Amino acid sequence: MSKSLLLRRGRVIDPSQSLDETADVLIVDGKIEAVGVRIADETRNRDDLETIDCTGQVISPGFVDVHCHLREPGREEVETIATGARAAAAGGFTAVCAMPNTDPVTDNQAAVGFIIRQSQIANAARVYPIGAISLGQKGESLAEFGEMIGAGAVAFSDDGKPVASAHLMRTALEYARTFGVPVADHCEEPTLAKGGAMNEGVVSARLGLKGVPSEAEEIMAIRDILLARRTGGHVHLCHMSTRGSVELIRWGKERGINVTAEVCPHHISLTEDAVEDYDTNAKMNPPLRTAADVAALQEAVKDGTIDLIATDHAPHHYDEKEREFADAPNGIIGLETALAVNITWLVEAGIIDLPLLVERMSCAPARIFKLPGGTLRRGTDADVTVFDPTMAWLVEPSRFKSKGRNTPYAGQTLTGRTRCTIVGGRVAYRADA
Amino acid sequence: MTLSLGKDLLGLEPLSREQIQLILDTAEPFKEISQRAIKKVPTLRGATIVNLFFEASTRTRVSFEFAEKRLSADAVNVAASGSSVSKGETLVDTARNLEAMRIDMVVIRHGASGAAQFLAERIESNVINAGDGTHEHPTQGLLDLLTLRDHFGRIDGLKVCIVGDVLHSRVARSNIWGLTKMGAEVGVCGPRSLLPNAVEELPVTVFRRVEEAIEWADALNILRLQLERMTAGYIPSLREYNRVFGVSRERLERAPRDVLILHPGPMNRGVEIDSDVADGPFSVILDQVTNGVAVRMAVLYMLSGGKPELAEAAKGRGGNE
Amino acid sequence: MADEIVELNNGTENLVIVGIQRRGVQLAAQIVSTISDREETDVPHGSLDITLYRDDLQTVGPRPVVGQTRIPVDVEGKNVIIVDDVLYTGRTIRAALDELADFGRPGRIALAVLIDRGGRELPIQPDVVGKTIAILPTQRVDVLVEELDGKNGVIVTDKESAP
Repeated sequence: MSKSLLLRRGRVIDPSQSLDETADVLIVDGKIEAVGVRIADETRNRDDLETIDCTGQVISPGFVDVHCHLREPGREEVETIATGARAAAAGGFTAVCAMPNTDPVTDNQAAVGFIIRQSQIANAARVYPIGAISLGQKGESLAEFGEMIGAGAVAFSDDGKPVASAHLMRTALEYARTFGVPVADHCEEPTLAKGGAMNEGVVSARLGLKGVPSEAEEIMAIRDILLARRTGGHVHLCHMSTRGSVELIRWGKERGINVTAEVCPHHISLTEDAVEDYDTNAKMNPPLRTAADVAALQEAVKDGTIDLIATDHAPHHYDEKEREFADAPNGIIGLETALAVNITWLVEAGIIDLPLLVERMSCAPARIFKLPGGTLRRGTDADVTVFDPTMAWLVEPSRFKSKGRNTPYAGQTLTGRTRCTIVGGRVAYRADA
Repeated sequence: MTLSLGKDLLGLEPLSREQIQLILDTAEPFKEISQRAIKKVPTLRGATIVNLFFEASTRTRVSFEFAEKRLSADAVNVAASGSSVSKGETLVDTARNLEAMRIDMVVIRHGASGAAQFLAERIESNVINAGDGTHEHPTQGLLDLLTLRDHFGRIDGLKVCIVGDVLHSRVARSNIWGLTKMGAEVGVCGPRSLLPNAVEELPVTVFRRVEEAIEWADALNILRLQLERMTAGYIPSLREYNRVFGVSRERLERAPRDVLILHPGPMNRGVEIDSDVADGPFSVILDQVTNGVAVRMAVLYMLSGGKPELAEAAKGRGGNE
Repeated sequence: MADEIVELNNGTENLVIVGIQRRGVQLAAQIVSTISDREETDVPHGSLDITLYRDDLQTVGPRPVVGQTRIPVDVEGKNVIIVDDVLYTGRTIRAALDELADFGRPGRIALAVLIDRGGRELPIQPDVVGKTIAILPTQRVDVLVEELDGKNGVIVTDKESAP
């Protein structure tokens, strides 16, 4: 039986209950016992209570990241489920979904079970496995959705790769309806994107790097939206990066098609200019695009065309990134900077307010992927994040809990920091000082 | 009377007009040296220069070698293999090993854009970009400028059109920066599939057809068309390319003025350029080669400067010896 | 100086006058012009820039600009007169001798300078001198020529004290 926790005098923001007020939160036996303004008084005489002063901070349902790469099994030198789960907790995430492009690929019940077990051992943020759509992620034959769900998988994706075959995507969407889970697609038309290292535009022309045109993403996005319409399945579009994609998602939603979409913090903050000087820490797939794309994505986060924000946390070894730009692998880490980037570029910029941020980082992900969490309702598991929305801090990758160091924000001062992350009523992360 | 180039020459885009002017002016006395009986000056005696070529290139490498030897430097050629990923040592390790051998300068040609900058950021030796991927080939850009200046007496106001596969050409990019900084107007002409998609955002005029380009230009820089472009589907065939975009004598004769012909080499005779044009009266292709050695000598000379603090001490010595 | 040169050479035959960049060139031109007036012969003359042959290039810092070198005749067997404005340590002349050797093998090489200020660091002596002056190591002497400085003249100044 874990200790009871009293979170005192924080700004409690819970969009699932339309709550935004200064209050206390009482956690008993791993569950939310009460949220209110007089709890401190009522529990003053209890000595089994750990009190955490949250003055000046926000108390919200724990953040849920539906898209990250934890590299285990296969690349444990780069990240493990344990280090990833701890990094997640440090970033304010109480739950993450791990993409299946591991080695071997997570395409069967044993692999899913392995991840669940490693997650329990790690005992930090919860880790929900996402199963592969196709065996080996080869894009040929369907993997065993049912068996994987039985073992604990929450969704399916071949992320890392696109589902090149429209037929396979259609079948996956239809089959997933049986289980009521989303199919998440990495939208990238392979022949257009082949060999591309950054956004196709004037910067790629100047730097002499092969570019990936926006259309590579948009062609697959509209394909998936149309297939979702045909099949009635739920398609979730990963890491959207272009204004064209935003328009297509809007089109789909206006017609009642079951399409949801995510954006990553780097795509609402950085542009292709970050690639100047051939910085491989600005290389990811899909690439950073133009200011107009960033603006459209920010607006889409505000109006809900983009339902949620996910990190696409993708650690790589220093040696791998320390290479000629074209040869360096795609991907940047993001679990420990997501909150700050979102606050700096969305909230401080006045585009959204904190309640909407919590909605996009916690309530929506949990709801859309049908995961527990995303709420501070009485009786639910106590997955809670306490964060300081005004605290400025210097991004020093060497201090990250993740094994990865590949971030374009290194050396920058960002605003917004996690102070405490509580998973199932237990403190999984507490900031020093 | 000195304008430092810094430690490296990575491209023409970062240079100012004054710096480019100085390099061209400095190349003049080096032209003269190549005409002497004894084509050597002791200026870089004892300096060790490595020609680190990851892509095979006889012409550029030999040109640099002559430049280095005529300056009395010790030149070592290293033909390194492929990319970091495919085979052998990583670029980082290659760089560190060279540095451990206490070399003074590295001339690098590599298949990846940004490789020269990557190297320059990691070693203290001077780094000269002899062509990195499709990014820049600054000494080629410089020798093109020098050749134009020799012929026209100026670069300001010249209309120079780059004809060919601009998308994949580092020479084209260096030309664009070098020419615009020196006051010339730049045009590009080629099949649209071989021009960068964002070409309108570059400081160039786009010509759809080579006839239009010829009518407009004072000089053409004709780029080599590589066979791979056809197999990768950018253009249907070399024959079609020659029919539609090839620079032929007939096309040149219809021009309102004599158009100077440049080509970085090696030429695909009968593809992008016809033989009678390459060997014709307006071709300065061989002058480009001559100027190439002089320009490279100038660049090596200018980059090999001693430490700046010693310059201050030298100033106090009265200046007259 | 022009007369002395002609006398040294026993006439103008095989004579080649080479001025050292920068002001030696203008002085050489003046000498050639004077010889032309008096002897009614045009002596071939050229210019020599010794920057690339300097022995102190490693320490001089950012690269000095290189001027024009133009030796219009074959120097093989000729009597070359090097002309410079000021002779001090002798290193410039050493560099000039090295460079001339790369053009061929003159019959003889002689040195004509406008000002000899002493202070030699190498065993180099002038054959024709305009004027010998004694100045302190803390002073400098500059020759001015019309083409570059707007007037002809010689000035002695104190060097700025070293930092």
